[in-house]
Amino acid sequence: MVFLTRRATFSASHYYWNDAWPAERNRQVFGRCANRNGHGHNYTLEVTVAGDPDPVTGFVVDLKWLKDVMEREVLSAYDHRHLNLETPEFATSIPTTENIAIAAWKRLVPAVTAAGGAELSRVRVYETPEIFAEYRGEP
Amino acid sequence: MRAYFGRRYTLSASHRLHSDALSAAENQAAYGKCNNPHGHGHNYILEVLAGGRVDPETGMVVNLAAMDEVVRERVLERFDHTNLNLDPLFTNRVPTTENLCKAVFEILEGSLEPAELVQVRVEETENNFFEYGGD
Repeated sequence: MVFLTRRATFSASHYYWNDAWPAERNRQVFGRCANRNGHGHNYTLEVTVAGDPDPVTGFVVDLKWLKDVMEREVLSAYDHRHLNLETPEFATSIPTTENIAIAAWKRLVPAVTAAGGAELSRVRVYETPEIFAEYRGEP
Repeated sequence: MRAYFGRRYTLSASHRLHSDALSAAENQAAYGKCNNPHGHGHNYILEVLAGGRVDPETGMVVNLAAMDEVVRERVLERFDHTNLNLDPLFTNRVPTTENLCKAVFEILEGSLEPAELVQVRVEETENNFFEYGGD
């Protein structure tokens, strides 16, 4: 089995806020991230698929295909958007880096599974070059 | 759901690779320039990977500020701008980046609750890095 990873970038804004908590607790737990006017990041999305190289093409998957899937399923929804206000999954969950990685996985997995051949192995999201979260499909 | 959270830190330190179990010639053969008597230094990048359940209330595996505090207190303050050979952890083991990686894992293990420490990665230069997951 070979692992293939493709990177893409998107820029988005967000804030951290739990509606079930009083404002003071939100500010205490989330600090500057709780500013309700939001702030933004240049995110890097890393998508890893795993499979055996096709004996004819030598590809695990066609990189151009994977690029298009990432663009269609994730970037078109997240890039230059306010994640709290413009993406349905973050109407009910906080757009932390962990939750963005899980949400991106959920967006990607149907298309990758339907294509056959390779399986989605890992989605990693960098919020900054020093901070990242990863989801591997575990319950 | 189980997810992972990673954070990268930098620390600058010096070391000399030298084993008392080897002769001068053997040390030179094993370590080359890294055996030079007065040591040398690196800007290390330390990547700490935590794993655990995403807390539904916070959306987090581990609170970043809490993780920063633990790593700063236990690792960065201990090793940054120091000579690694003089740290008690390296009295009986050579401060290779492999051993630094293991030492940092051992120092941090159990300190990121409710998350668990999954892996420590230390990049010695842009061209070499080491990973340890407690195996």
